[in-house]
Amino acid sequence: MTDLTRLTLAAARDGLAKKDFTSGELTGAYVSAIEAASTLNTYITVTADKAREMARASDERIAKGDAGALEGIPLGIKDLFCTKDVLTTAASHILDGFVPPYESSVTQNLWNDGAVMLGKLNNDEFAMGSSNETSFYGPVINPWRRKGSDSKLVPGGSSGGSSSAVAARLCLGATATDTGGSIRQPASFTGTVGIKPTYGRCSRWGVVAFASSLDQAGPITRDVRDAAILLRSMAGYDEKDSTSVDRAVPDYEASLGQSVKGLRVGIPKEYRVEGMPSEIEALWARGIDWLKAAGAEIVEVSLPHTKYALPSYYIIAPAEASSNLARYDGVRYGLRVAGKDITDLYERTRAEGFGAEVRRRVLIGTYVLSAGYYDAYYVKAQQVRALIARDFTQAFEKVDVLLTPTAPSAAFGIGEKTADPLSMYLNDVFTVPVNLAGLPGISIPAGLSGEGLPLGLQLIGRAFDEETLFRAAHAIEQAADFTAEPEAWWRA
Amino acid sequence: MREPRKEDLIEGATGPWEIVLGLEVHAQVASKAKLFSGASTEFGAEPNTQVSFVDAAMPGMLPVINWYCVEQAVRTGLGLKAQINLRSVFDRKNYFYPDLPQGYQISQFKYPVVGEGVIVIDLPGQRSVSVGIERLHLEQDAGKSLHDQDPSNSFVDLNRSGVALMEIVSRPDMRSAEEAQAYVRKLRTILRYLGTCDGNMDEGSLRADVNVSVRRIGAELGTRCEIKNVNSIRFIGQAIEYEARRQIDVLEDGGVITQETRLFDPRAGETRSMRSKEEAHDYRYFPDPDLLPLVLTQNQVDAIAASLPELPDEKKARFISAYGLSPYDATVLVAERAPADFYEAVAKGRDPKLAANWVTGDFFAALAREGFTIETSPVSAEALGQLIDLIVDGTISGRIAKQVFEKMFKDGRDPAKIVEEEGLRQVTDLSAIEASIDAVIAANPDKAAQAKDKPNLAGWFVGQVMKTTSGKANPQVVNEILLRKLGISSAG
Repeated sequence: MTDLTRLTLAAARDGLAKKDFTSGELTGAYVSAIEAASTLNTYITVTADKAREMARASDERIAKGDAGALEGIPLGIKDLFCTKDVLTTAASHILDGFVPPYESSVTQNLWNDGAVMLGKLNNDEFAMGSSNETSFYGPVINPWRRKGSDSKLVPGGSSGGSSSAVAARLCLGATATDTGGSIRQPASFTGTVGIKPTYGRCSRWGVVAFASSLDQAGPITRDVRDAAILLRSMAGYDEKDSTSVDRAVPDYEASLGQSVKGLRVGIPKEYRVEGMPSEIEALWARGIDWLKAAGAEIVEVSLPHTKYALPSYYIIAPAEASSNLARYDGVRYGLRVAGKDITDLYERTRAEGFGAEVRRRVLIGTYVLSAGYYDAYYVKAQQVRALIARDFTQAFEKVDVLLTPTAPSAAFGIGEKTADPLSMYLNDVFTVPVNLAGLPGISIPAGLSGEGLPLGLQLIGRAFDEETLFRAAHAIEQAADFTAEPEAWWRA
Repeated sequence: MREPRKEDLIEGATGPWEIVLGLEVHAQVASKAKLFSGASTEFGAEPNTQVSFVDAAMPGMLPVINWYCVEQAVRTGLGLKAQINLRSVFDRKNYFYPDLPQGYQISQFKYPVVGEGVIVIDLPGQRSVSVGIERLHLEQDAGKSLHDQDPSNSFVDLNRSGVALMEIVSRPDMRSAEEAQAYVRKLRTILRYLGTCDGNMDEGSLRADVNVSVRRIGAELGTRCEIKNVNSIRFIGQAIEYEARRQIDVLEDGGVITQETRLFDPRAGETRSMRSKEEAHDYRYFPDPDLLPLVLTQNQVDAIAASLPELPDEKKARFISAYGLSPYDATVLVAERAPADFYEAVAKGRDPKLAANWVTGDFFAALAREGFTIETSPVSAEALGQLIDLIVDGTISGRIAKQVFEKMFKDGRDPAKIVEEEGLRQVTDLSAIEASIDAVIAANPDKAAQAKDKPNLAGWFVGQVMKTTSGKANPQVVNEILLRKLGISSAG
């Protein structure tokens, strides 16, 4: 039998339906692959027994003709999603031993559609990071390496476990979350597809919160079709999340293959940032050419407040995080470090339980919300946020989608940027504005850097117009014909 | 500005001082479920048995507004003749405390659901004062820390955590402890009429924070101290008296008042410093990103307005104008809805003043004496009305009626039945009364002889006649005949 992990999600789905193989076989192949890839450190928890059990149940349903949309499909779950009776850590020491007695709405949707859980994927601690180096469980390694080099590269972050596992074929697809680029940038770094849907499209209930007004779940997959399939199952209104939106979920897969003829594609001039590597510029130009050749109309647009997006983001996200993370106090669950009184217990627990990046953001967030600074920072940042959203609204009066690079560089080396948080934050320069505006964005692998590393292009769409994004993304995917794969150097 | 009343001033060593008082009342919304979770709010349950995952601030849990609580806040606002804000916002008030699992309280800071209103308070001597309401907002209650259960640990009960409170903030419009107490009483009456809060201070459903300052007459407002969580009307009075006197002593000794939060110790009868302004928390309020702004339509507000009951002030005015009651009786009767309803049932089709005398007199006295409420009273409004009918139609005298009433109260029998069974019908037969009088005069010739000079003796004779007739003789008739027979001029 051929290696079942070679299949895309769509192909596996069809193979299962045709009974070419069973979910038990498919799941077994993935469990073996995961066991052989511990070097990459993609999984915090592998739920092999649970996976086999779920696969068995899926095979029974398939046999009875009772299959769901994701029946028997083995998935990896970012460890930010609470999973009932399965350790959930957010990659933080402070959630030591936390086993939720409830299941997040998004993962419940997946299990309702028949998906199989392989385990919980590593990520930056509380999703704070752009390289997956802030995890208490250690950095995730990118399966991709530079040509002729064996130095270890980051898989992007915060959903680095998801991107790395999909690229290394350690799951058929993965859930991820994106607060400032945490789905799209890792997808770009690993030659995978990642879509952050419109804010409100996926329920946040049961997802460990980072910055509530920006957090949004989405999939990372091998290709655009797989992303369309997976997002459809993840998405949907949830009355338990007041910010989720009551709107029917379309069949995204149906958008694929539809022509982009006449589609108006905006090229925001402010995204030509200083110091951007020429190969990123060239990739962007290629993307423009591909869409033009497919019949799209290219329009230059302006998003004048772009340069204020990153500073605003690094005020709003930490502000919300400082409050969201207050509940980790050592009193009810997770890590508790004893102290001489309750304040001492709080301080010791939080000092030991949170890593440096999380502490930094809690401090920044506490500062910008403090009396005397609130108006100058938080209120100002919210005003800027409104202007950024208005920029997009005005651009979408002229165009249907925007095309930009996903990240300003290819994957970088482990430890290369950890000493300089600001250069790390710059990774999100193209993705952050999308979160601030609550819009959908997708990253598609579009080519390789001079060093042989994958690079992604980003498409940004109107709110709740994921269908147009998938249509255009599919066109780019067709044109790019990205078939490169990392060598399986990690296999034990 | 109000002219200070001499009676309200406190005489210090150096001259008179005026007290200025403002109250923040926390009223628990009479709702079965909490403000943002479905957990029960029932009083007196075993600790930590009414706690949802949201109330315990488990990771990934999200608040969802309980619309019933919003309606009660609007209803209360309308009852306070206040402005209803169609758009309000929930904010997070951030601080660490073990009984606050989220690390923040969800409250309304900048945009409360209810704006300015007014409460008219009733004071002795038909004096009334309008107290301005600044705002009413919705917020979550915290849990309860128990420090007396264990020598080395504090326990936390989260049953109250997340219960809906209305914080009702008055303007500093009160000038004496008496006014502050009347304000709380009146507010409680209004809340109970509306059914939005049960007003049970001993169960903590109604608590007051009292802001106290003192000043020289006509001077600017003094620095205030806030006395937290005073939970009875009597304690409110004691706390204010103590605190005002303390402040005056400090000022007269040349000291200054520092703004601070104080606690009232009912056992010692004094207030003590809890924390100074410098130690005050920086709550870092910001809009809760988990919740959308609270948006009401005018139609919703109108529908609630249409369902409001007649409120105490209107009812009192109607009792005075329609029934001719004294303002005092009217005030007593409308203090709660049940006695007002009871009175109206008694008064229906009868002499309203006589009805008021019976309800506020013998009836209330019997209830208080025997420990009954209107709801548990053995005498119904109908029965009391029948008793009044028996007086009015001359079947029994007022004095006999009191006896009949006590019997009714004891065994719940019908008044007519009691009169019949016990032969209490009033004797109006003149010849029978005359015969009794003659017998008494004949038996007491000495006294009869003295009566001409001592007209007061007539009363003694009336008593004797009533005794021989077992009280059934019409006392007025007895009096008239006696005066004539004893030769006392009726003018005497």
